[in-house]
Amino acid sequence: MHSLSVVIGALPSILSGSLVTLGIVFAALGIGFVLGLSLAIVQVYGNAWQRALVHVYIWFFRGFPILVLLFLGYGLFVALGLPVKPFLISCVVLGLTSTAYQSQIFRGAILSLRPGQMQAARALGMRDGQAIRSIVIPQALRLSIPGWSNEYSILLKDSAICFVLGTQDIMARTAFAAARTHEHLALYAAAGAVYLVLTLIIVKLLAKLEQRLHIPGYTSAGGETL
Amino acid sequence: MNDQAILTVQDISLRVGDKTILSNCSLSLHKGELKVLIGPSGAGKSTFLQCINVLTVPDTGSIFLEGREVMTKNAKELCLYRTKVGMIFQDFKLFDHLTAIDNVAIALRKVRGKSREEARKRAIEELARVNLSDQANLYPAQLSGGQKQRVAFARALAMDPLVLLLDEPTSALDPELVGEVLAVIRDLAAHGMTMIMATHQMDFIRAISSEIIFMEQGHIVEQGPPEALLGDTAQSRTKQFYNSLATV
Repeated sequence: MHSLSVVIGALPSILSGSLVTLGIVFAALGIGFVLGLSLAIVQVYGNAWQRALVHVYIWFFRGFPILVLLFLGYGLFVALGLPVKPFLISCVVLGLTSTAYQSQIFRGAILSLRPGQMQAARALGMRDGQAIRSIVIPQALRLSIPGWSNEYSILLKDSAICFVLGTQDIMARTAFAAARTHEHLALYAAAGAVYLVLTLIIVKLLAKLEQRLHIPGYTSAGGETL
Repeated sequence: MNDQAILTVQDISLRVGDKTILSNCSLSLHKGELKVLIGPSGAGKSTFLQCINVLTVPDTGSIFLEGREVMTKNAKELCLYRTKVGMIFQDFKLFDHLTAIDNVAIALRKVRGKSREEARKRAIEELARVNLSDQANLYPAQLSGGQKQRVAFARALAMDPLVLLLDEPTSALDPELVGEVLAVIRDLAAHGMTMIMATHQMDFIRAISSEIIFMEQGHIVEQGPPEALLGDTAQSRTKQFYNSLATV
C-alpha cells in the first residue's frame, strides 16, 4: 500500500510534467510540420542543388542520436550566447529532428499521388506554387495522417530523453520522485501509463480526423477502392 | 474563315538522349477547324500535343497564338497562354480530392480570380453542358470513365479556351462509354470550337475532321482533308494505316 500512496503523492507533479512533455511534443511537431512540408516540396520539385541540400539535412538529423543532438544543441546555445532554457532547446532540437522525419512522410505522400495532378493543374494555367498549394498539398496531407500519427507517438517517447537537460517533463518529475522514495517500479509504471494514455488520445483523434477528411473511393494508397 | 490562324506551331523538335521524338513538326489551325493526329503508337502524337502547350518543353520550335509569338520561357506569359489552350488527357487527370463541381471551379478561382459563388455558378453551367448536373457533388472515384472525361471537358471549357488539345480522349474508356464523349466533341465541333485531337476513332475522323495529320516516328508524314487521304482512289500512307486498323 506504501507504493500506491507514493504514486498518488507524486501524481500531481507527474501530471503537471505531462504539460511540459506535451508542450515540447507539439512545438516539435509544429516546427517539423512547417519545415518538413517545405523540405518535402523542395525535394520533389526543387532543382538538383536544392535537393542535395535537403538530402544533407535529412542525413544529418537522421544519423545523429537524439541524445547527442540535445547536448550539441545545448553547447550551441551556450556558444551563441542564447538563453540556455532546457525547454526551448528541447523544442528546437526535437523540432529539427522531426523535420527530417516528417519531410519523408510528406515526400512519400506527394510521390504517391496519382500521376498527372500537377500536369493537369499546369494545363489550366496554374503556376507551380498555386498547383502545389491547391492541388498537391491537400491530397498529400490527407495521405500523411497515418504516418504523422506514427511520428507523434515516436516524438512523445523521444521527448522523455530531454530530461537530461533538466527539462521538467514527465520523466524528470518521475525520476525526482523515484530518487527520493526508491519506489522505482510503481513510479515508472505510473509514468509509462501516462505516456500510454497520451499516445492513445492523440492517435484516436488523428484517426477521427482521417475519417472526417476521407474522400469517397480514395484510399491512403492513392488509388480507388473497388 | 478568316485568314489569320488562331494557333501556329513551327518546327517543334525534341530529342531524348540520341533518340528523335519529334522532328520539325509544324501545324496551323484556323477558327473552327478540327485537325486530327493519327499514326501508330510511338509516332509522337501525344508528345506533340504536350509540346504545343509546353507541358513538355521542346528543344526547338516556336508557337504563335493569334499571330503573336508566345514567350514560353516567361512563366506568366506561359500560364496565360495555357488558359487559352485547353487540354484533355487520355486518363482524365481529374483532381482526386475535389468533387466534379470543384474540379471545374478551382481554376476559375485560382487562375481567373473569380469568387467562390461566381466560380460555382459557371461550373454548374459547364457541367450542365456535358449532361452532368446530377453528378456535380460526386468525387472522381465515384464517376464512370465517360463521366470523368466529361468533367474534364467541363473543366477545360470553363476557361473559355481558344483551342482545345485532345490527347486520345476515348482511348481509356470502355467501348460503351466512348459514344458519350464523342457526342461532346461533336457538339463542340458543331459550335465552332477549334481543336486538335490525337485519336484512333477512324470513322469519327472521316465524319467530322477538317484535316488529317499522319505522324510516324516523330515526323509529320502527310496531311490533307479526309477525302483526299482516305477517298476510294487515295494512295496514301494514311489509307494503308486505316486499312490495317480495319482488318484487325
